[in-house]
Amino acid sequence: MESRKKAVEIRQVSKTFGTFQALETVSLDIYDNEFFTLLGPSGCGKTTLLRMIAGFEEPTTGQIVLHGSDIQSLPPHKRRVNTVFQSYALFPHMTLEQNVAYGLENLRWPKDKVRARVAEMLDLVHMSKFARRRPQQLSGGQRQRVALARALAPEPEVLLLDEPLSALDLKLRQAMREELRALQRQTGLTFVFVTHDQEEALDMSDRICVLGDGRIQQIGSPREVYENPANRFVANFIGETNFFDVDVLSVEGDQAKVRTPMGMELTATQKHVRPGQKQATLSLRPEKIGLDDQASGQILSGTITSTNYLGGFTHYVVRVGDADIRVSRRNDLSDTPTLAEGATVKLGFSPAATRVLGQ
Amino acid sequence: MANRTDVRRYRGLGPFAALFFLWLYLPILVVIIYSFNENRLVSVWSGFSLKWYAAALQNQNLMNAVKTSLSVAAIATIAATAIALMAALVLVRAKGVKFRRLSETIINLPLILPEIVLSVAVLILFSQIGFSNGFLKLVVAHTTFCTPFAFLPIRARLQGMEMDFEEASADLYAGKWTTFQRVTLPLIAPGVFAGAMLAFVISMDDFITSNMLNSGGATTLPVYIFGLIKQGTTPELNAISTIIILVSLLVAALALFIQSRGGGSMIDD
Amino acid sequence: MKDFRFWGLLPAHVMMALTLIVPILIIVAVSFATRGAYGGFEFSFSTEAYRQILFNEGWTGELEFNPQYLLIIGRTVILAALTTLICMALAFPVAYWITLQGRTARVILLFMVTLPFWVSMIVRVYAWLIILGNEGVIEKALKLTGLVTDIDTLLFNSGAMLVGMVYSYIPLMILPVFASIEKLDPALIEASHDLHGSRAVTLRRVILPLCWPGLAAGAILVFVPCLGAVLEPILLGGGKIMMMGNLIQMQFGGARNWPFGAAIAILLMVLVMVFLLLNGLRATRRAMEEMT
Repeated sequence: MESRKKAVEIRQVSKTFGTFQALETVSLDIYDNEFFTLLGPSGCGKTTLLRMIAGFEEPTTGQIVLHGSDIQSLPPHKRRVNTVFQSYALFPHMTLEQNVAYGLENLRWPKDKVRARVAEMLDLVHMSKFARRRPQQLSGGQRQRVALARALAPEPEVLLLDEPLSALDLKLRQAMREELRALQRQTGLTFVFVTHDQEEALDMSDRICVLGDGRIQQIGSPREVYENPANRFVANFIGETNFFDVDVLSVEGDQAKVRTPMGMELTATQKHVRPGQKQATLSLRPEKIGLDDQASGQILSGTITSTNYLGGFTHYVVRVGDADIRVSRRNDLSDTPTLAEGATVKLGFSPAATRVLGQ
Repeated sequence: MANRTDVRRYRGLGPFAALFFLWLYLPILVVIIYSFNENRLVSVWSGFSLKWYAAALQNQNLMNAVKTSLSVAAIATIAATAIALMAALVLVRAKGVKFRRLSETIINLPLILPEIVLSVAVLILFSQIGFSNGFLKLVVAHTTFCTPFAFLPIRARLQGMEMDFEEASADLYAGKWTTFQRVTLPLIAPGVFAGAMLAFVISMDDFITSNMLNSGGATTLPVYIFGLIKQGTTPELNAISTIIILVSLLVAALALFIQSRGGGSMIDD
Repeated sequence: MKDFRFWGLLPAHVMMALTLIVPILIIVAVSFATRGAYGGFEFSFSTEAYRQILFNEGWTGELEFNPQYLLIIGRTVILAALTTLICMALAFPVAYWITLQGRTARVILLFMVTLPFWVSMIVRVYAWLIILGNEGVIEKALKLTGLVTDIDTLLFNSGAMLVGMVYSYIPLMILPVFASIEKLDPALIEASHDLHGSRAVTLRRVILPLCWPGLAAGAILVFVPCLGAVLEPILLGGGKIMMMGNLIQMQFGGARNWPFGAAIAILLMVLVMVFLLLNGLRATRRAMEEMT
């Protein structure tokens, strides 16, 4: 990984608006040809970071480097990056063709090359037959495609996407995910994608940077951030989980011995515990817990206090001692009946499925 | 009359509104009708005639006044719109402008001052500095009070426009000037047009200042008409008024038409 | 483009300073000057112009109270206030009725309200001169009814001026009022009825309070130009029944008493400022925006 060429380097960058610190000092590298996602709740600083790469905001401190050269002093129109705006920002007074040609004209491309590139781009996003229309005459999904074509046309070194799917409805959003991913593979371009939707991030990204409270919480592949969340924030933000406060007894490599409040001693997987750390949070994903006949490994017993039937899954809350444990069970082929509230059930989980989180 | 289930309706509103519109248009209709009166006396109807229109169109003084009014309005409109456009761009778009509110208030000052005060102010000013070109006096004064009328629609349009478009333009390698020419200006064009239109109408319509600054060779249309009225009502005056009414209505309808077409381009549906 | 922030605003500020702010300061100075022998003024400090508003100076320099100008000032304020109130009373029901119409009808009706405003002011005032004039439409109609046989004239009184001013400025009231009614969520009216409010109660406790900003903005737009009205008092008041506007105008025209005219102009400006302050800055800003 480290041997790959760096596309964007964020070096010690921070941003303050007045007295509000939008972004604490962060550093990260984005590599060539990767689909890199900035994921976080609203107000976490992800859009600010993207706008600083594009040049619409100036970092309070730090430096942004694009393919080895410092672009700090460059105004937005001199940076070889393009943005797909959340609102698409398609110029309403221009046709689709004119919109896509706009960037090329500003780069002083010769006319015939502009024409060829516009046709190629509109073809790429399957919008050729609407070339002469204006943005207002298009549906949301179509506008999205044109915005992509417009941003891709000038052959940017990096493509920035600011929550481009948030304005679409659910079905279209899922279809566009596929298209975006395919487009990225096809063009081999570096995509920096901003979203607050964890599913979107898991689905599309090569790597995800989870941002929270103006800080980088974790950077890793989708599998890494889901399976081995660095801390409580990440575990909580991505997917659902059960938390237990535990005492750390000993750490050996990837294994940590911990004691739960119920007095149970477990050997859990760990990656982020610091040496000498005495207290930790244990995370156990609801889908890693088996119920009754599926219970194996570490066995507990409890009472079901609520059931939620969700089609593909049924969610249960089980009371064990004085802890509420959330369990998710797939409604699979065997058509297992829903367990009744008040029923006593066995829970089972493998200690290897539990994760000790860092702080 | 009021629909029992539609609680927004109130009884008697319709007839009230009908009477109101009658009252609003009756005076205009009366002027138009009397302009076709053949008789020398306005109030004595003695048959249909177009002769007063012929008289009006041959009136050289009237034509001169029209010419003066149009020239003053055209120059004042261009100057006021340019000044207002620059100011609006700074006040709405630029970051870190000091005393933004104060600046806006200064530009809008002519709106909250009675025009008679403004006219006295420029009269004394011009007399003090010995500025005596009647036409230029009118142009300067009209530009001053037309500026806020040009400013407000432009500002409203700019405020209603997301920064996104200008950012997208910069993102697509356009410099500031290119962005202004190719993105900002086309998108705020309806506002600029509305502002210029308003400034033009306000200038054409002005009486108080133009009358105060009135001097030989710089008599505007309203001031000329005022002079005629003081000499007594005549059917020719009615004919002149009717022509003005019809031209104004035509211009208003045209402006609305252009506005509704231009305004539609930013509305997403 | 280096510092557009500076020179973008420069023309506007220089123009307003040179043609408005400095001249107003000059008016203040002139109001404290003395009248020149041949019109104009001479700079020597004197409060004579202001004294003249209240007093006549006799042969021997004794001051004699003279209510003549006070009467004009009072009439101006009362007529402007009455015009504003009548405009409110007319504009509110009409604007409300327009909001109840369909989309297309609404656009057309609103256009019809503003249309007369595009017609030259002097033509509109002139129209009333014909209607109210000797042997005019109204006089003839009254004579036809047989109720009135002998009419001196309907013109040249405060009533005629009032009609002219209401007619001149009513569109400036309707537009902001319409805007505020249109913004009103119909569900609020329904909620009031749902909570057992009658139509009258709903009007008084829900609709009017929520539309008050529009009425206040309209009041500013109508009241301020009315205070400075010139055409209506000259043409419909016949120049005999004066308002401050034509009083000022006379001093710079025929009477050639610039210091006195300047003093009245300052007084007029103070009246406007007091009115705007009473309305509050927010309403004033709003009114300026509603202009368009």
